[in-house]
Amino acid sequence: MTIHSYLNKTTKAASLAVFRILFGLLMIISLIRFTSLGWIDKLYISPELFFSYLGFSWVKPLGQWTYLLFAICGFSAIGVTIGYKYRISIIIFFLSFTYIELMDKTTYLNHYYFVSVMAFLMMWLPMHRYYSFDAYRNDNLRAQYIPRWTVDAIKLVLGIVYIYAGLAKINYDWLINALPLKIWLPGSYDLPLIGGLLEQPWMAYTFSWGGMIYDLTIPFLLLWKPTRKVAFFMVIVFHLLTRVLFPIGMFPFIMILSTMIFFDSRVHERILDVFAKIIGKSKNIFDNGSSAIYRIKENRNFSIFIVSIFLVLQLLIPFRYLLYPDNLYWTEEGYRFSWRVMLMEKAGTASFKIVDGETKKRFYVDNRDFLTSFQEKQMATQPDMIIEYAHYLRDHFTNQGHQNIEVYVESYVTLNGALSKRFIDPEVDLTKESNTWRHKEWILDN
Amino acid sequence: MKKISQLGLALFFATLSTVWIGCGDDMPDPSADNDQFDRSVMLEHWVDGFIIPGYKSYLEAIDSLDAKAKKFVADPDISRLNDLRNNFGFAYNAWQEVSMFEIGRAEELALRKHTNIYPTNREEILSNIISETYNLTLPSTFDQQGFPAIEFLIYAVSETDLLIVDLFNSNVAYKTYLTDLVTKIRILTGEVYTNWTTGYREMFIEDDGSSASSSVNRMVNDYLFYYERFLRSGKIGIPAGVFSGSPLTNNVEALYTFTPTLSKSLYLNSLSSFKNFFEGKSKYNGNGPSLSEYLSYIQTLTSGANISSAIEAAIDNAIEVSNGLDDDFYIQVEEDNSKMLATYDALQEVTVLMKTDMLSALNVSVDYVDADGD
Repeated sequence: MTIHSYLNKTTKAASLAVFRILFGLLMIISLIRFTSLGWIDKLYISPELFFSYLGFSWVKPLGQWTYLLFAICGFSAIGVTIGYKYRISIIIFFLSFTYIELMDKTTYLNHYYFVSVMAFLMMWLPMHRYYSFDAYRNDNLRAQYIPRWTVDAIKLVLGIVYIYAGLAKINYDWLINALPLKIWLPGSYDLPLIGGLLEQPWMAYTFSWGGMIYDLTIPFLLLWKPTRKVAFFMVIVFHLLTRVLFPIGMFPFIMILSTMIFFDSRVHERILDVFAKIIGKSKNIFDNGSSAIYRIKENRNFSIFIVSIFLVLQLLIPFRYLLYPDNLYWTEEGYRFSWRVMLMEKAGTASFKIVDGETKKRFYVDNRDFLTSFQEKQMATQPDMIIEYAHYLRDHFTNQGHQNIEVYVESYVTLNGALSKRFIDPEVDLTKESNTWRHKEWILDN
Repeated sequence: MKKISQLGLALFFATLSTVWIGCGDDMPDPSADNDQFDRSVMLEHWVDGFIIPGYKSYLEAIDSLDAKAKKFVADPDISRLNDLRNNFGFAYNAWQEVSMFEIGRAEELALRKHTNIYPTNREEILSNIISETYNLTLPSTFDQQGFPAIEFLIYAVSETDLLIVDLFNSNVAYKTYLTDLVTKIRILTGEVYTNWTTGYREMFIEDDGSSASSSVNRMVNDYLFYYERFLRSGKIGIPAGVFSGSPLTNNVEALYTFTPTLSKSLYLNSLSSFKNFFEGKSKYNGNGPSLSEYLSYIQTLTSGANISSAIEAAIDNAIEVSNGLDDDFYIQVEEDNSKMLATYDALQEVTVLMKTDMLSALNVSVDYVDADGD
C-alpha cells in the first residue's frame, strides 16, 4: 500500500463525531467540576506568585478575569461538543485550555497535557462533518465518510500515551522493588473487598508488573479485532481501579472514553443512535454517502504536514531526558510531557536563606508568606521551581530595599521511601544561577 | 440486536457514572480494620492517653488559676500575687501539653489564638482597661488576651510588685480585666473538653479511614503545623531572628516572668509533649500505639528506611541541644544567640524528617491539598 493510497482511504465519519462529542462532554464536566470545587480561586487567583514554563513567563492568571477565561474555555467546549462553528470552537478551546495549563507549573498533570495534545490534533481533523450543528446547517460540509488517517492519528496518540507510560515503568524500582506502589497501596487499606490485600507485597508486585504489561500491550489488543472487546473491558477495569486507588480526578474517564475510538464505526453509529434518541435528532440526514474532501488539495496536504510533524514530535519529546546526565527521577530534567504517570513517590522540604553578601547578615524565608501549601509541596522536589522561586525571593527582597542579596536553599528530598537526602547544593548562591534548558549542576547526586 | 446493544451502551454509561459518583472522598469503609496496624486503636490512645486527660488536667490548672485570681482581686496583696503567679506557671505549662491538639472544637473556637498569642499588646490592654469597652471574641483582640496578657498584668503592669498590688487595689478596672481574661480561657477550654467527652471522642476514633479528612490525616497535619509554626518558629526561631535577620527579643514567650522565668520550661515542656505524643508515651495512660509504631509498621511493608528511629534520634538531639540554653530565653538571645540558632537548626532537622519522610511514608497529604494528581 503506497502512502498515497493510504491517505485516500476513507472510513465512516461517525467515528470522529462520537470522539468529538464525548471529548467535548468530558471537557464540559471537567471544567464544571474544577470550578465547583473552588479550584479557580484556590489555584489561580489567591496565590501570590505563579510558576512559569520556560519561554511562557508571560502567561499568568488574569485576576478575577480568570473566571472569564474558564467560561470561554467552557463555552468553546460546548461548541466542540455540538459541532457549532467547530473550527473556531476547537481553536479557542485549545488556546484557552493550554493558556490555563501554562499559567502555573504547580498544577502540571499528564492528563491536562493529554487534553491539550488532543485538542491540538482535533484542530486539524474534520471532526464536524457528521452529526454536528455545522453540518446540519450546511449540506456542503456534511459527509458520511472521512479520510481514515484522521482516525488513525487519534489512535496513534493514544498508543503513544500507553506505550510511553509502559516504557517508563520498565525501571528497577518499579519492577524489582514494586516501588512506589508498595508505599501507595497500603494507604487504601480501607477499601471494600480488596483493602486488606493491598498491604500484601505480592499485590504491589502484581500491580507493578500488571500495569507495565497493560500499558505496553493494550494499544495492540485494542487494534486487533478479536481481542478488542476484552481489551476494552480491561481498559475499564484498569482505569476505574486507578480511580478508586488514587486521587487522579477525571483522567480515568478521559482515557476510557477516548479508547472507544478503537471500535469500528458501526459501534460509533450505534452510539450516535443513542444520542439521537436522547435529543430527538436522527443522524439520517448526515448519511449522504459523500466523502469529506478538502476543498483545496493544498489544505489537505497542509493538515497532513502539520499532523505528521506533530506526531513525530510526540514520539521524540519523551526521549529528551536522554540529553541530561544523572537520575531522571531525582533531577526531573525532561520529566514532564512524557507520560510518566504515577511513577514515583517524592516529597521534600526546602527552606530558603537570604544572605546579605556584604554584611553576611542572614535570615530564613517562611514559605507560607509566598506560596500555597500545594505550591510549596511541588516546589520542594522540582529544581526548576526551586530556582524560579529563589529568583522571585531575590527580586522581592531587593524591592524591599535589601542589598547584595544571595539566596541559598536547604533542601531535602525523599524518593520512593529512601531516607531523605540533601537535594540542592546549599553552598550555591541561586541568584548567580540561571533557569535554562541546560543541566542544573547545583543539583546534588542522589 | 440493535436494541440490545443500545441497552448495553446505556448500561455501560450508567455503570460508569455510578462509579464516578461513588468515588467521592467520603466513601464509607466497612472493612477498615483489614490491616495489621489498627489505626482506630492508635486514635483511641491519642484521645484517651493525651487529648482528654491533657485537657482535663489543663482545665484543673485553669480552675485553680481562676480561684487564685479571684482571691487576689478580692483583696490584692503580695502573697496572693505570688500565689497567683505560681498557679499561672502551672496553667501555662499545662497548656503546652494540649496546644498541639488544635482539632475539632478547639479549631472552630481558635483556642490557640485566644490563649497564647505573643508578644502581647501592652498599649491596647491598657487602653481596654481605661475604656472598659472591649470585646474579647474579636480576632483583633487576640494579642490582648490569653496567658501573655495575664502575664503582663501580674508581672509587668507596673515597675514593682508593690506597685502592681497598689494598682489593683486602687483600680477596679484592672480586677475586671484580669478576671475576664481568666474566665475567657476557662470557658473556651471547658467547651473544648466537654465536646471531646460528649460524642466527639467517638466520632474522632471512628473516622479511621485513609481519606484526606480522616482523623489520622488531620491530626498529623495539625501536629506538624503546631510543631513548625508554634514550637520551632514561635518559641525559638522568631525570637532568635531566624526569619528577620536580627533577634526579636520581645517575641520571647513568657517575656515578663521572673523567679522563675518560664520561657525555657514552657518550651521544654512543649517539646517533650510533642515527643511523647510521637512515641505514644502517655503519662496518664501508659504506652500505646503511636506515629512511631505506625511508621515502623509501614517500614515492614515497604522495606524502606527506618524513619521512626531517625525521627526519635533527631528529637532527642534537639532536646540535648536545648538543655544548654539559659532558663531565660531573653538573656540567651541577648548574650549568645548562636545557641538559639543551633537549637533552631536541631529542631529543623525534625521538621525535615517529619515533613518529607514521615508524610511520604504515611501517605498523608499536606494541608488537605485536594487537587488532582496523575
